[in-house]
Amino acid sequence: MDINSPYFHPEFETLSRPEIEALQLDRLQKTVHHCMSNPFYRERFKQCGLHPEDIRTLDDLRRIPFTTKQDLRATYPFGMSAVPLEKCVRLHSSSGTTGNPTVILHTQADLDAWAEALARCLWMVGLRPGDVFQNSSGYGMFTGGLGFQYAAERLGMLTVPAAAGNTKRQIKFITDFGTTALHAIPSYAARLYEVMKAEGIDPRRDTKLRVLAIGAEPHSEEQRQRIEEMLGVKAYNSFGMSEMCGPGVAFECKEQNGMHIWEDYYIVEIVDPETLEPVPEGEIGELVLTTLRREAMPLLRYRTRDLTRILPGKCPCGREHKRLDRMKGRSDDMIILKGVNIFPIQIEQILLQFPQLRTDYLITLESAAENDTMLVEVELQELFTDDYGHLEKLTKEIQQRLRDEILVTPRVRLVPPGSLPRQEGKAVRVKDLRKKF
Amino acid sequence: MTINQLSIFIENRQGTLLQVLDLFKRAGIQIIATNLADTVEYGILRIICTEPQKAFEALKKEGLAVNMTEVFAVEIDNEAGRGADAIASFVNQGVSIAYLYSFIVDGKGILIFRTDNPAWAAEAISKNQLSTLSEKDLPSLV
Repeated sequence: MDINSPYFHPEFETLSRPEIEALQLDRLQKTVHHCMSNPFYRERFKQCGLHPEDIRTLDDLRRIPFTTKQDLRATYPFGMSAVPLEKCVRLHSSSGTTGNPTVILHTQADLDAWAEALARCLWMVGLRPGDVFQNSSGYGMFTGGLGFQYAAERLGMLTVPAAAGNTKRQIKFITDFGTTALHAIPSYAARLYEVMKAEGIDPRRDTKLRVLAIGAEPHSEEQRQRIEEMLGVKAYNSFGMSEMCGPGVAFECKEQNGMHIWEDYYIVEIVDPETLEPVPEGEIGELVLTTLRREAMPLLRYRTRDLTRILPGKCPCGREHKRLDRMKGRSDDMIILKGVNIFPIQIEQILLQFPQLRTDYLITLESAAENDTMLVEVELQELFTDDYGHLEKLTKEIQQRLRDEILVTPRVRLVPPGSLPRQEGKAVRVKDLRKKF
Repeated sequence: MTINQLSIFIENRQGTLLQVLDLFKRAGIQIIATNLADTVEYGILRIICTEPQKAFEALKKEGLAVNMTEVFAVEIDNEAGRGADAIASFVNQGVSIAYLYSFIVDGKGILIFRTDNPAWAAEAISKNQLSTLSEKDLPSLV
């Protein structure tokens, strides 16, 4: 590997548009054939009278029906697999929300391809063997842990799998091990700075940090610049989702203007979430991805529910893989808080278990200092006590149960019955007051 | 021996206290004593009034979160040290007091309190021959 090359995979990163599209068609045809090994897709194809041979051009992709998260849930746990289970070596699973969680299966080849894709991203932003890479993601089912771990090893960096939390220890690792690159969610990067400051550590003077990979949490350009300023680093946006392996789907290059989505791995479409028709180039719509390199679980036209757009024009870095803009929101009601995906229905189901509460609630998301917080306001059914202590105990109990379900600790506030806002008779469930991105 | 106290859940923002008081005004029910602590997000407004049952229904009808609780109302002489004496008789009986407030009416001090050991409190009252208010005394207090 030429350490001075800007490319980890020059054979893929330097492809021209026609070359990318020729490769995509070839891989799409193989993927569709491969999908015939999966009962779900076989049935789907039968229903719409589609044969793998019908895919002759990339435009023929649009003849294939969309795949949704609902399909993944309905086939839980292994129904989306296109290989025998004995060929799979790992699964990742998203948190169960309404009913079944989703399961993503990987063969060894899938894990290798994933590590290669993310290693390509890290190389692109200038990381090389000799760098020390620290990962502050939670390990386990959350793909930001193992995903970055294997990719950083693949690239040849010394890795520090610090995992989430314990900020003081995290900082000690950064200073003692000479960490040069860190993966963190943006709010945690800001938190690290606050604690460093309190400990009298100047990140520019006392650490070797130079590169930050940030993702999994909506943040603005201003927030990115502030983090760069605070820690004295370059911070690059990362995009991924467990259905597409995890991180490494798209990543910013050194231009820091849009995330290149690796089109040798995925076909990207942006569609209108209502009509499901493609939107004009450069306009915002729902991101739809088709996997081109997946063995265990190929996904065709998967509706990600993320809203974004393709940045028009060529990137000065020379790569012709399309660039995704920052995620603009969701086409469903999923909330992303501190990198955790939360559906209001999860909160609703917990609140329903308390007979002291009415079914009306309001979730408010706010930016407090560098931290995003969640406030859950819920109406009391009636006053069951004359005692502050009992109300406080109830509040704590609700908070604890919510924490167990959604993995972040919200503030809980009891409010009088009928006091929460309603619009046209329909209750308002979520208010997002976070700084817009 | 006990009287009914109303507890109303109110949000800690301007106007919520007045909303409750207005309701009493419209219903023509007089408030004898009230208590409200300074908490952060909400308050429990505790009220002793002339017609608790009627007030309770009016508050419910308004959609407010209201609770009716039996509290002790102990009458003491209007002299220094009588409050300590009264509470001592409860403490000696092993009664713990959840909260307490007081007022003076017709030259008598009234201690209002709630306890999780009402049976013991009743014992302390009869043992020490303490004088208490009951529901029927309420209208005559105003």
